[in-house]
Amino acid sequence: MTFELSHFNAALLFALCASIVFGITQRVTPRDMLRYGAYCFSLFVGGVIVAAWVMWIIKH
Amino acid sequence: MANPQNAAVANARGKNPDVAAPAGSMTYVAPIAAWLVPGLGHLIQRRYLRGLLLMLAIFVMFFAGLGMQGKVYSFNTGDLLDILGFIGDVGAGAIYFVARAMDWGIGNIHRAVADYGTKYIVVAGLLNVIAAVDAYHIAIGKKP
Repeated sequence: MTFELSHFNAALLFALCASIVFGITQRVTPRDMLRYGAYCFSLFVGGVIVAAWVMWIIKH
Repeated sequence: MANPQNAAVANARGKNPDVAAPAGSMTYVAPIAAWLVPGLGHLIQRRYLRGLLLMLAIFVMFFAGLGMQGKVYSFNTGDLLDILGFIGDVGAGAIYFVARAMDWGIGNIHRAVADYGTKYIVVAGLLNVIAAVDAYHIAIGKKP
């Protein structure tokens, strides 16, 4: 079985899985886990978008 | 230094966070089980939701990597990056050995997405190591 993901979709899936693990393992209470997981996810995705714009600016 | 959150929780339970609980069999079983099967270390300690979420995240990442035709590293003593790739992969536990036994993850240098897959598989193993350490912390009472 093989499947094709775009770069952005691959980054989203990576961010989701890593954020779940970071949230659960790096915080103690369920509320903090959820908040930290969401924080990590937003940083992952935000980092991807910022990096994409930086590369676009460099190219142009 | 103790994590302030852990200290707060431990103090609330009337325990000193810097003093480990007496070693029981779970202190050995939980991290080994967590390494062998992602999430199992939490499941056997009755952290069902956490265990299932960890299992889901790590399995999805590992098998998505395989689906993208990522490479599963075998034991090697060659290039440093290949050695580190093997160390990362083997962190996934039993699914790594299953993948090797079934000859999955031979890689495909003709597809750009296969390189993402290789990284997915390595990171799945590294995340599983973090999950195993967390299971150990639960077992010694450092984390509720």
